[in-house]
Amino acid sequence: MIAPILVLLGLLLSIGLVLSMIARRFQPDETSVVEQINAILPQTQCGQCSYPGCRPYAEAIAEGQADINQCPPGGEAGVRALAELLGREPKPLDESHGVHKAPTVAVIDESRCIGCKLCIQACPVDAILGAPKLMHTVIADECTGCELCLPPCPVDCIDMLPRRGPFVWPLQFEPRPAPMPSTQKREPDHA
Amino acid sequence: MRLTVAGAPHLPPISTVSGVMRQVLYALLPGVLGHVWFFGPGILIQIALAVGFALSFETLMLKARGKPLQPFIGDYSAVVTGVLFALCIPPLAPWWISLVGMLFAIVIAKQLYGGLGYNLFNPAMVGFAAVIVAFPLELSQWLAPRSLSPGLPGLAETLQAILSGALPAGSNWDAISQATPLDALKIGVAENRLVSEIRSSPIFGDFGGQGWEWIANLYAVGGLWLLYRRVISWHVPAAILVTVIAVSTPMWLLGPDTNPSAPQHIFSGALVLAAFFIATDPVSGCSTMKGRLLFGIGVAILTLAIRRFGGYPDGVAFAVLLMNMAAPLIDRLTRPRTYGH
Amino acid sequence: MLEVGHRLFRFPGGLKLEHHKRESLVEPLLRLPLPEHLYLPLVQHQGPAGQLLVTPGQTVLKGQPLSRARSDREVPIHAPSSGRVVGQRRWPVSWPPGSEADCIVLETDAEEHWIERHPRPDWAAIEPTELIEMLRAGGLAGLGGAMFPTAAKLRGDWEAPGIHTLILNGSECEPWISCDESLMRGRPEAVIEGGLILARALGADEIVIGIEDLMGGVGRTLERAAAEVGGARQVRVVRVARIYPEGGERQLIQVLTGAEVPHDGLPQDLGLACLNVATAATARDIIVEGKPLIERIVTVTGPAITRPRNVIAPLGASLSELIAFAGGLKGPVERLVLGGPMSGLPLTSDRIPVIKGSNCVLALGPDDTRRSQPEMPCINCGECVRVCPASLLPQQLFLAARTEDHDETAALHLFDCIECGCCAQVCPSHIPLVDWYRHEKGLLRERGIEDGRANRARARFEAREHRLAAREDQRRRKREAREQRLIQQAAAKSEVQAALERVRARTDGPEDEQGDRTP
Repeated sequence: MIAPILVLLGLLLSIGLVLSMIARRFQPDETSVVEQINAILPQTQCGQCSYPGCRPYAEAIAEGQADINQCPPGGEAGVRALAELLGREPKPLDESHGVHKAPTVAVIDESRCIGCKLCIQACPVDAILGAPKLMHTVIADECTGCELCLPPCPVDCIDMLPRRGPFVWPLQFEPRPAPMPSTQKREPDHA
Repeated sequence: MRLTVAGAPHLPPISTVSGVMRQVLYALLPGVLGHVWFFGPGILIQIALAVGFALSFETLMLKARGKPLQPFIGDYSAVVTGVLFALCIPPLAPWWISLVGMLFAIVIAKQLYGGLGYNLFNPAMVGFAAVIVAFPLELSQWLAPRSLSPGLPGLAETLQAILSGALPAGSNWDAISQATPLDALKIGVAENRLVSEIRSSPIFGDFGGQGWEWIANLYAVGGLWLLYRRVISWHVPAAILVTVIAVSTPMWLLGPDTNPSAPQHIFSGALVLAAFFIATDPVSGCSTMKGRLLFGIGVAILTLAIRRFGGYPDGVAFAVLLMNMAAPLIDRLTRPRTYGH
Repeated sequence: MLEVGHRLFRFPGGLKLEHHKRESLVEPLLRLPLPEHLYLPLVQHQGPAGQLLVTPGQTVLKGQPLSRARSDREVPIHAPSSGRVVGQRRWPVSWPPGSEADCIVLETDAEEHWIERHPRPDWAAIEPTELIEMLRAGGLAGLGGAMFPTAAKLRGDWEAPGIHTLILNGSECEPWISCDESLMRGRPEAVIEGGLILARALGADEIVIGIEDLMGGVGRTLERAAAEVGGARQVRVVRVARIYPEGGERQLIQVLTGAEVPHDGLPQDLGLACLNVATAATARDIIVEGKPLIERIVTVTGPAITRPRNVIAPLGASLSELIAFAGGLKGPVERLVLGGPMSGLPLTSDRIPVIKGSNCVLALGPDDTRRSQPEMPCINCGECVRVCPASLLPQQLFLAARTEDHDETAALHLFDCIECGCCAQVCPSHIPLVDWYRHEKGLLRERGIEDGRANRARARFEAREHRLAAREDQRRRKREAREQRLIQQAAAKSEVQAALERVRARTDGPEDEQGDRTP
């Protein structure tokens, strides 16, 4: 009677010891967790999560200060990827931080721009080219669509236009698909 | 002009799921007829019961899951499950054996996993395993073949036996039931009798049991037709049969007194039925060709092991279920090399 | 060096399909009557558009370049007829399905005013690089359907030290299409001479023409033409087994050589180049007659066409004109396909124009496309695995694509899928497998582009943070330095003050009560 109990206790204790040693040995490095979270975030640097950029948000998640569903540009897919990385339950996007929108690109209306430099200072990825009293323009390939340049502009000359990705073959065609929208006038010329 | 827009290929495929299932049923026909010849019409009633229960359970479950009845009811997959199950149970088994079997097969093993295409385990074998573990007595009351018995029960007697669960007045189980050849072998070997001695009993034919070996041949004919029609691939049947020969022949050569020979193994029990019809169930098997070979080898080894060392006379059902568990892993490990890599 | 075509190999999988090519080879090959308007998309190849050279209202001659190539990846287009450029407008095109693109609208006149042509029948004396320049300027792209810029195929930096064998693909493996066979029957000497020209451009010693083993007299016709043109020593005709998709570039190379094109490489890495027979014939026209690529043979066929045939159509002709020339439709049409039934593109309109890669228009009626069963779940039957010529696992790819497991689809080598359609053709559950793979490839490409953008954005963000922090740092240091200076100045000031006081005390003597000083 006593012997089996002692054997079982011994077994459980040794298993527990081994597990705790393993847990201590293979503990994830804190900085590398931040890197992994940052790698999942879309790098829009928009601040909708209420942190000044994606890296600060990643650090906040790693420290447990922020929840994983505060990033609208990442969308549901981003929440799910973060949940899988951190071993948590995925949850719906917190819409108080914004809704997930289709990707957009900022375009400056050159006829209205006054060269005030305020948008250049606001852009978190330095995607606007320009100098004081000279024309400003958005480098379309580098623009993340964060919209941080819109509030500072005193003449409201910046528009957000949809950004078209590569053609993705649809799983279902409509009986007669409508023709695709015509080329935007402001799209860069191939010439 | 109104044009529909859909992706290639634009001409629809010729084969359909119900077509595949129906061809399996046609291939089973010779074996079923052989069964009727040797053991009476009981098997047909069992088939009718099993198929009826299977379709009813499938209808109930589809309704409960909120899925449309068509095309699932019409795809004959429940029919195939019912027929295969019925071929594994004694012809005079009471009607509620099929009920319990189909409950496990259709409701639990198939619909609760997600329906056609999602089941991990072979539904017919799950049903069979459930009933043989729960009702070992009813599952051991087999009939003697035509050549041996004074007279097989006729249709009316059979119906009465099945539906009432009791035999007609005047006969009892001991009189008409007979151990299967595999039963006899297992009991005999446990009693330390020689294989050759056991096989001198009249229930044994040239290879397997009397009647049973004929039925196995007829199953093989149906199976070869399925191979020809490209409904199944040769990998699983070939792996099973070759492995049985390869493993049992050395054992028989070393100890002919305690080990049956390869032909004796092949023509007893449900091995041929399993090789061509049960282990080739596509959903619960492997999808890679190399994986199918491993699957067949595993089924053969496990069947022989259970027959030799296990508690049940025929281990095919459990062998198949165990390999079903291993199938996803085998698939992962046997991916073919892609062109250009 | 690889042996090409001396021994034939088999690729795994594949399907034996019904040919249906007799239907369209009965009628003789004729030229389409010139339509009133031609709609020429600027992009008729795999690559960016060339530089536009014409303006609305401009009159053009037949064969006049309408756009110019600025690199090997751009392919110019030429006017298929003399006439007037009406302008550019949006017009339905075949890719992407259901879309419109900018097309040059050309109002034709029946005058046949050609530009000044420079025929060079003495091509054997022309340097290979110049030949490639002439082919590029002639607007040559792959006419087998893929429309790859031929100049980019003829030169580039590859692993192998030069191309030793040119393979001309005449196997036309897809059912119903017969334009290449029609060309080989009608103008075999053009194919041979074109092959010799391309071989010279490539520096290849041998030419192997792959045709289907059931193409009857085509092989003999080509061999005779080879003897006449004088290339009998160099040119060999090899008949390959009729198993779809033996005409796929990678599969044809595997059949002829037993070698596989590396997944991250090109046939050129094996010392081979593979071009379509129509591309070769057009190359001959460009060099020998000085005629740019302005027309091609199109097969108009299908169960819903009254008189299926092959027709020489000018680029830019609406497909409706070709269908009318083939006797029109024989009943209701359910689907129009550009290409063959196994891998062709569904069309949304019959106004779509013929472009360089339009090899066949296939009209199918409702009876031909009707399915007897809706899409069912996958039953793991393994037929798709059996027929895949690239040895992929279509069933696993489908599962991974459906669960949006992008890492798994990439790991299962999705991009090695050649979209031949064999898997979907044998699936008893009628799952649209190729649609799933095309969709998933688009998502993976999108993901790759998004990942690239995100990496760049992260780098730029961090660089900016760095820069702002450095600027802050600099300001802080300047501020501190200034403070230090002020403190030092103040200290210096008080020292000076103290010194002045001391001096005043010594020189002035003590102050009397009135504050005057004694001298």
